[in-house]
Parts: sequence; structure tokens; C-alpha cells
Amino acid sequence: MSAPTLSLPTTVAIGRRRVSVELKQFFRDRQSALWNFAFPVILMVIFGSVFGGQSVAPDITFARYFVAGMIASGVFYTAFQNLAIAIPLEREDGTLKRLQGTPMPTPSYFMGKIGTVVIAYIAQVTLLVLVGALFYGVKVPTTATQWFTFVWASILGLTACTLLGIAFSVVPRTGRGAPAIVSPIVLVLQFTSGVFFVFTQLPHWMQVFASFFPLKWLAQAMRSVFLPEAAAVMEPAGSWELGMCAFMLALWSIIGLVLAIVFFRWAPRGTN
Amino acid sequence: MTRPAVVVHDVHKQYRDVRALDGCSFHIDVGECVALLGPNGAGKTTITEILEGYRRQDSGSVEVLGVDPAHGDRAWKSQLGIVLQTDRDLGDLTVVESVEHFAGYYPNPRDPDEVIRAVGLEEKRTSRNEKLSGGQRRRLDVALGIVGRPRVLFLDEPTTGFDPEARREFWSLIEALKAEGTTILLTTHYLEEAERLADRVAVISRGRVLACDTPAHLGGRERSSARVSWLEDGVRVESQTMEPGHAVVDLMARFGGEIPGLEVRRETLEDIYLGLIAEDRGDVPPMVEVDIE
Repeated sequence: MSAPTLSLPTTVAIGRRRVSVELKQFFRDRQSALWNFAFPVILMVIFGSVFGGQSVAPDITFARYFVAGMIASGVFYTAFQNLAIAIPLEREDGTLKRLQGTPMPTPSYFMGKIGTVVIAYIAQVTLLVLVGALFYGVKVPTTATQWFTFVWASILGLTACTLLGIAFSVVPRTGRGAPAIVSPIVLVLQFTSGVFFVFTQLPHWMQVFASFFPLKWLAQAMRSVFLPEAAAVMEPAGSWELGMCAFMLALWSIIGLVLAIVFFRWAPRGTN
Repeated sequence: MTRPAVVVHDVHKQYRDVRALDGCSFHIDVGECVALLGPNGAGKTTITEILEGYRRQDSGSVEVLGVDPAHGDRAWKSQLGIVLQTDRDLGDLTVVESVEHFAGYYPNPRDPDEVIRAVGLEEKRTSRNEKLSGGQRRRLDVALGIVGRPRVLFLDEPTTGFDPEARREFWSLIEALKAEGTTILLTTHYLEEAERLADRVAVISRGRVLACDTPAHLGGRERSSARVSWLEDGVRVESQTMEPGHAVVDLMARFGGEIPGLEVRRETLEDIYLGLIAEDRGDVPPMVEVDIE
């Protein structure tokens, strides 16, 4: 009655199934749908309504400056924050243990995570730009160079944040405690990296602090996409420093990869 | 004949200062159902998780379908079904989504709808898993454990939280799986369940198997005495005998017919089990303790 000649489903086929259930779970879970997906849009509406009309430079409203920062933040929400909170919960509620006991290949699990992150990010950016363009005078990029920058910055940012989120998932002791540890990190980086305030108006030490982390560079690259070329003078170096942005995001991707490989674990702490 | 589906030989496992397994040995033949009985902390979950590949033993050898679980690949895993003890995952999916999803992991899965019907969750097909009751949730875990058409099925306390009716339905399901030739390792606290489902029962205490035999023969049960009790002037009288048939005939002769309040009772599996555990701990058998006062 057994049929040993039947072949196992491929890693990619199972990975595709993982994306589909992960997406369902991501959007059905109110907490993750709100905090990781809708929150940047809510902030966009609040900040846009309060400060949106103010100018940060001639011809540049705060809303235009802010949308670039929020898109960069969106990478952190959908990739880093989402994974660093969801994986500890999965470790605790038996998801990871159940999966380990099935013939699901490990790469399929990560394919599911990455697919969900990418799709949620694309949906979120679309929503942010749409809201920004409709209500707060945000301009959709028009040149091929801008789009090219947008694509590579998104890919590098998502790569770094996904790997860092997977690595960071070992830090929270419990699944329930994870948001309290993860969210403040994202919030502090947002305040210091030029998302809520114009970066060059921040105290010097804060600018130096933020320069070590990826959000500052990602937000800067996104500003080069959503602000006119002339706005580059508002950056600390007087230019977009795109080479440096790419370098820092790539560096953090490598750091994330190493940390994820070294520290990631399936089982909760205290078991062997 | 064929080699056993599961072999456990002299397995030791130590957690810091706790000795979880201390020379544990048993085997399960192909198509056989073995129930693992033992008090909490006896090592049941540890040995089960070693067989499932979640943990590694310190010494001794284990084999499931001819493979050391520590080196089990995907093809090997696709022949196992695992029902773990505490699962609260998949809350945001529906029953049918979950079963269909997991079916996609296996080369030759059962039809998801058939599995849902078999575990009695048809009416909950499109309910979110988080809305299921404890017993329904357990049945979903069983559905996910059997959807891959496993050759070896591990059930860790599968009927905890079931009402008596659900438990009986579950037993029929397991009997159907047995009839298809599935090899089963069942961990349970319910002696009645072990007696009904298991071909053999292994009693485990302090990391060792104390006895392993059919429910009817465990601990010399078939040779044990029977207790015959009846009412004499409204008071229950009991006698212990190796020949209960004769005792009843004698009593009938004495009463000149029907014996008031007649009960004949063999030692139950529970009596045998408690005796084995108490003996292992060096306690007085619990029966005696109960009788005084």
C-alpha cells in the first residue's frame, strides 16, 4: 500500500505554499496587520495632516520629506519588526516544532517569510505613495534613475532587515514580550535617522549615532527617489551619497546573515 | 520476519541533574500499536522526542523505519506522523486551510476532506482554528499528523481534554488506522485507552521500561487472583480467589440460587500499573494504603 516511488514536493513548491499561508496569517492577525502594515500609513496621515503643509526647504513640503522616511521605515516594520516578533511567537506556540517534524525543507520556511515580507512591503509602499500623492502633494518618481535607486534600495534594505529580524528573533525571552523589546528599537532609529525630523536639524551626536545603523542610509536613499535633485543640499554631505547608502545596507546584510546563521534556533531556550 | 518499525536499545539521557532515561529499551513491530504508560517525569516524552528526531540520546541506539532519527532526511520524515502534546499554533487559519496546507508537504497525502471527516471536524471545516474547543483542537492536531499517510504515527496524549463520546470516536479512528497497517506509539494517561488500542503496553518509570506485554498479560495479570464480592445481610463481603468460577458455584449453592449483589473482578490494568510503579519506587502497594481508613 505504500508507494515509495512517489517523489517529494520540491522546496520551491512548498515555499510557495508557505508564502500563501504566511500571508493569510500576517493579514488576519490584527496585531501584525496593524503594527507592521497599517501603522506607517496611519503615521503618514497624522504627520501629513499636522505638518504636511510646512516647508522644509523651498518647494519641498514636510510631507514629501516624510514619505521617503516612512517608506524606509516600512522596510523596518514589514521585515525587521514583523520577523523579530513573529518568529519568537512561532517558537513558543509550537509552529516551529510542528514544522520540524514534517518533511518541509528549511529553505521553504524562509522563502515563506521572505515572500510575505516582500508582498507586504510592496502593498505598503503603494498605499503610502497613493495616500501621499492624493492628499499631501507627494510626487511619484518619474525618472529611470529614481526608479532604479528605489528598487536597489528596497532590495538591499529588505535583505538587511529580513536577516536582522531572523537573527534578532533569538533575543526576546518570550513571544508575548517580543513587541516590548523590538518596537522601541525601530522607534528610536526612526527618531534619530531623519524620519520624523529633518536629519540635518538633529543634534550632531544623534546624527553620528544614526550613521552606524541602516535606517538612516535607507531613508537617505529613499529621499533621493522622492525629493527633487536640488534637495540633496539638505543632506549632511550636500549630496545623496548613494554609494555609501548601498555600502552600509550591504554591510548590514552581511552582518545580518552572519548573525542569523550563528544564532538562529528552532527550539525555545532551555531545551536542547 | 521483517525488522521492527521502531527499536529502542539501552538509551540513556541526562538533563543537567535529572536522569530522564536510564537504559530504556523496547521495540514496536510493523503494524503494531504500543502504548507507553508511566507517571509524569518518567521519560515518556523524552523517548518519544528522541524517536521523532527532536532530541538526541546520550548513549544507546534508536531506529525508526531503519533510520537513526538524528540523521533522518525528508523522505524519512514524510513517513512519520507526529502529534505533539501542546500546540496552539495556526490560530489564524481555518481547519481546511491547515489540513490542505500540510497535505502539500507529502508525496502521497490523504485527501484533506476525508481526513477532516475522519476526525469529525466537518462542521468546523471553515472555522478559524483559534475558535475550536480543546477537544476539537486536538482532533485537528491528529488530522495534521495523519494527512501525510504516515507509516509510523506518534501520538502524545492525544485524547487529553476529550469528552467520553469524543474519546470513543477517536478510538475508532485509531483502530481504522491500525487496520490499514499503521505502526503507532501512543503515550497516554488513560489505562482504558491503552487497553482498548494497544497490542502491547510498556510501563515506564524513572527512565526504564518496567514491563512490556499485552494488556491481558502485563505484570502476570492473567495469573492474578480475582475478587468475588456479594451482599450478605446487606453487608458487602469480599473474597480473593484463584478460581472465581468455583467460588461462584459454591456461593450459588449456599444461597440456593441468585447471589445478591454479585461482582467478580479481575485485577484491572490500572491495578497492575499502579502496583508496578509502586514496587519500582519501593512503596507499599497503593491498594493497601487505600484500604486502611
